[in-house]
Amino acid sequence: MYTVPYISTPDPTNPNLRFLEEVSLRTAGVSRLEMCIQCGTCGGSCPSADDMDHTPRMLFAMIRAGYREQALKSNTPWICVSCYHCVVRCPQGVHIADVMYTLKSMAIAANADVESTAPDFAQTFVDMVEAYGRSYEFGLATRYYLKHQKKRLPGMAPMGLGMLSKERMSMRPRKIKGIDQLHKILGRAKELER
Amino acid sequence: MSQPIHLFDSDDPQERIGVYVCHCGTNIAGIVDVEEVRDWAGQRLKDRGVVVSRDYKFMCSSLGQEMIEKDIKDLGLTRVVVAACSPHLHEQTFRTAAQRGGLNPYLTELVSIREQVSWVHTDKNAATDKAKAVVSGGVERVIKNQPLEPLHVPINEATLVVGGGIAGIQAALEIADGGYPVFMVEREPSIGGHMAQFDKTFPTLDCAACILTPRMVSVGTHPHINLFTWSEVESVSGYVGNFTVTIRKKARFVNEELCTGCGICQEKCPKKIIDEIYEAGLGYRKAVYTPFPQAVPKYPVIDKPNCTYFLKGTCKACEKFCPTNAIDFNQKDELITIQVGNIILATGYDLFDPRRIPHYGYGRLANVYTSLEFERLSNAAGPTNGEIVLRDGKTKPKSVGVIHCVGSRDRNYNNYCSAICCMQSLKFAHLVHERTGATVYNFYIDIRTPAKAYDEFYQRVLEEGTLFVRGRVAEVTDAARKPEEEGRLIIQVEDTLAGKQRRIPVDMVILSAGLEPRKDAKATAHTFGISCSADGWFIEKHPKLDPVSTMTEGIFIAGCVTGPKDIPATVSQGAAAAARVMGRIQQKEILLEPVRASVNPDQCSGCRICNNLCPFNAITFIEDRMVTEINPALCQGCGTCVAACPAGAISGTGFSNEQILRQIDGLLMLNLEYMSEAAELVPA
Amino acid sequence: MDKYLFYPGCSMESNAKAYSESLLAVCEPLGLKLEEINDWNCCGATEYLGVSLTPAYALIARNLALAYNQSNGTQTIVAPCSACYLNLAKCDYYMQERPELGVNVNDALAAGGLHYDAGSLSIRHFLDVLVNDVGLETLKSKVVRPLKGVRVAPYLGCMVPRPDYDHRWSNPEYPNELDRVLKVIGAEVIDFPLKTHCCGGHMTQIGPQTAYELIYRLISAADQYHADVMATLCPMCQMNIDAYQGETNRHKGSDIQMPIVFFTQLVGLALGLDPKDLGFGREFISTKRVLDRIGLEMPEPVEVAPVTKPRKKQEGLPMPRMPREAGDEEVNP
Repeated sequence: MYTVPYISTPDPTNPNLRFLEEVSLRTAGVSRLEMCIQCGTCGGSCPSADDMDHTPRMLFAMIRAGYREQALKSNTPWICVSCYHCVVRCPQGVHIADVMYTLKSMAIAANADVESTAPDFAQTFVDMVEAYGRSYEFGLATRYYLKHQKKRLPGMAPMGLGMLSKERMSMRPRKIKGIDQLHKILGRAKELER
Repeated sequence: MSQPIHLFDSDDPQERIGVYVCHCGTNIAGIVDVEEVRDWAGQRLKDRGVVVSRDYKFMCSSLGQEMIEKDIKDLGLTRVVVAACSPHLHEQTFRTAAQRGGLNPYLTELVSIREQVSWVHTDKNAATDKAKAVVSGGVERVIKNQPLEPLHVPINEATLVVGGGIAGIQAALEIADGGYPVFMVEREPSIGGHMAQFDKTFPTLDCAACILTPRMVSVGTHPHINLFTWSEVESVSGYVGNFTVTIRKKARFVNEELCTGCGICQEKCPKKIIDEIYEAGLGYRKAVYTPFPQAVPKYPVIDKPNCTYFLKGTCKACEKFCPTNAIDFNQKDELITIQVGNIILATGYDLFDPRRIPHYGYGRLANVYTSLEFERLSNAAGPTNGEIVLRDGKTKPKSVGVIHCVGSRDRNYNNYCSAICCMQSLKFAHLVHERTGATVYNFYIDIRTPAKAYDEFYQRVLEEGTLFVRGRVAEVTDAARKPEEEGRLIIQVEDTLAGKQRRIPVDMVILSAGLEPRKDAKATAHTFGISCSADGWFIEKHPKLDPVSTMTEGIFIAGCVTGPKDIPATVSQGAAAAARVMGRIQQKEILLEPVRASVNPDQCSGCRICNNLCPFNAITFIEDRMVTEINPALCQGCGTCVAACPAGAISGTGFSNEQILRQIDGLLMLNLEYMSEAAELVPA
Repeated sequence: MDKYLFYPGCSMESNAKAYSESLLAVCEPLGLKLEEINDWNCCGATEYLGVSLTPAYALIARNLALAYNQSNGTQTIVAPCSACYLNLAKCDYYMQERPELGVNVNDALAAGGLHYDAGSLSIRHFLDVLVNDVGLETLKSKVVRPLKGVRVAPYLGCMVPRPDYDHRWSNPEYPNELDRVLKVIGAEVIDFPLKTHCCGGHMTQIGPQTAYELIYRLISAADQYHADVMATLCPMCQMNIDAYQGETNRHKGSDIQMPIVFFTQLVGLALGLDPKDLGFGREFISTKRVLDRIGLEMPEPVEVAPVTKPRKKQEGLPMPRMPREAGDEEVNP
């Protein structure tokens, strides 16, 4: 299934291709976006397609056409649940789920006007991990709900209490010993990230 | 600098060599300074025997060729070197020209200064120097060329056709009608192949059996065709014009002399088995059976692994009831050896197994069918007498989904397009409409209808109201999300033209599965000594210009054995192969290229390293003399054994060690008197 | 004893406590020794990857580097959590497929004094180890309390069987590993068509409508097939289907009670361990029905669910034979 990576050398002066090239370069692995035949298997397999602005296939058509703004504003990558159905079924071997991650990070970097609280959730999670080295659900949940979904908090309270009583959630964060080491690593990584 | 040992014996007879440098328009002359090469060859290589050196715009033209002929006659040339394009293209041209001039054709050499110089370099100086080196190499080699005569091989008139499908049938009939004997070998009890399973054929909607069976009968009754069914080719030896083939005629357990084909044995047989082959697993047959009523030949066979008598020693109902005592449980397999001149392979295809795609539900979900299963369903002689029904055998579907590209155009399964599935899917849509009035959906990525009357058929199916959804089906499932989906098959797909994911409930799903090579294609290719690609399709000599020959002389291929194709193309190929064969037969003998390997028995140590290397099965080991011998008719001159022999005992006529080493010396310009100059001229 | 490096993942210590307890409990009878990677950090789940590329992979690679240094004669990491498993495998795979990524990640690791050569470790899931290393024969021999009469819907979730870079699973959509394990411990296994369909993941926080829809599809399908319990191997799936089942029911107007436990909990029961030691009781949807079936508590009058929904008709046209029935060979070459 995962065979020889395809190295494409797009013309850097073509303004449309710059977006496609950018997305390809920022994607882990080789994205193979240029191989898409628009068959629609990804959109057909996606469990959350009904809630997306654009199906995955449409998004790729937009990327190839160079519609940067619309693509980054789309809520599609944020509704993607990373179930990898599309990746496994794509007849052309496009790294669909990974392109979704790329679009997420590009949307955050471009401060795109996405109609979803997902970017913020991701950022909050990242803040927790960077602070402690481990995820801290209690902190994540409280901060996120207080910011975005205050109304939901009372409804979630029984579940929250249930989690606490069943010892499935801790009110205190755990910190790793090598947190400084982690900071150094992440700091350098952010420098390298263009 | 020490002199290499093999350099330039002084007792080399002085040949008279003509050098001809071609411009090829600007193809060569645009990069290589042709005149300079001509002059250089004429002057510097004079001592090596070059008596004339010319250039011309197009050496392959009649005028160019006439130049060579004239020089041979007038100047008494004994060798010719042409520096032009690749030998693949015009080696034969210049050899024939030389022959017309009175010179043995094998005393010419065509060296490439186009594909190997002007087409791959841009530096004109370096290219010209390289061209000089190439010409020099050619001159040195040609000195060592020997006059050779092509091999005359007589052609046996008989032909073997392997495979009794429409391709084989077409080929056999053409040859037999031409008056030559044909042996046809078919693995199943009857000929007919896949076409016999179909209901209607696109785009004419002819009944497949109606157009096929007359041909089958012709084959069965033709005076020139020897039909072996329930048989397989066990081994092949020999070479073009003289193949010796051993056929294993499996025991039918039915005496063909006595059997009248009345069918009583089949009626009385108590053992019912699922027919995986002809009925595609959808219907039953008995342990003694003919696959279908119009079978040719009409004699049934007993399926030994499933026969009660062979398993337990009881029953024998068929024997009891046979009115002519034709059942013979003691029959044995027969090995029959025949001699043929040419072989046509037409063994057909297998269907892609959709069980490999679990999300389409085939095998788990009852009402998902493959294309071949549906053909049997809609065939009036099939297990449901032509009623298109669900797996329960009774209910007519109210809506049907036809899925294109199952297992094709997919890196995860088969990367190629199976050519016939779009038309086949349209045909299914039409048949379902006609027979059941159900709503039909076709799910496609592209609609491929290239040939005659094909797109018109698409128009017709559109007019009938088939609903086309452009989207590759993601899933076929029975997990309902809404009440209206309960109990039905749900096709989940993105309707790419509407831009939305849709879940379409249907009663029945037909998978247009792709075509694959036969499971044992590689073994077959090996038996016959032909090449087969990695996925199992047989390889033709040239994909554009020679689609029915193989690299092995005397063996031809026709039909789906080389790749998916529809019936018109298959029939064309069957006829084409037959024409090629008949052309050969009528010549009574063929001339084979004498460029072959041969073993020097004095040098052969009997180590046998070369024995298993030959891709053309041309090497045999002579036990009593403990030496290896090469059959010149089978040998294709590939050179593998020459390279492998540790004693250097194998040499090729036309590519002897001497010739090659001399050519290398020539390329390195070691032949020139002034070594220092040679060092400068050697391209960096 | 088979030794492995162990990457628990953040959920094992919090919401998937039951998984952690049951997994460690079954290791002993099965002869597995798990050594936790010292000072491992969070893998970033699906969140970090959505924010940036190199830092996300550097975060994951720190664990790989630490594991490699700690390697005590084993080059295999066992990761029971789906997201962790996928992230570790992805990082290792992409560092090889895209050398520039490998270079950048190692550059970042160097800032922390670490280094990792992609491809040096093998990343496997606990189920894979159970089926392929321990072996089903061994497991069968240790079963003392077969789960007779318990109908289980195997649920693998999406991120373990896919995308399967190392080709460890029998099929990315219908893998049979979990089915086989459950069969061997005596349970009645349902041919669950949604066994690798997504539970919604973090959508419970970000897009609850989507999440409830996905959860509802799973529990209603399991219900349609009359499952007593779902057995899963992913902490996120268990939490979503378990903790959010109430909300899902409220949202969809249904009242399905589908308990879901970790497969290691069921394996533990079959091996004769005590439910308390396996984390039973930590779930929101009660597993009383299941435990009753195998006689582990005082049985209360409980309704017996109706027997098999007929799936294959006996008359009519013959069905194609699936290799499972013909003796467990694989269809895929």
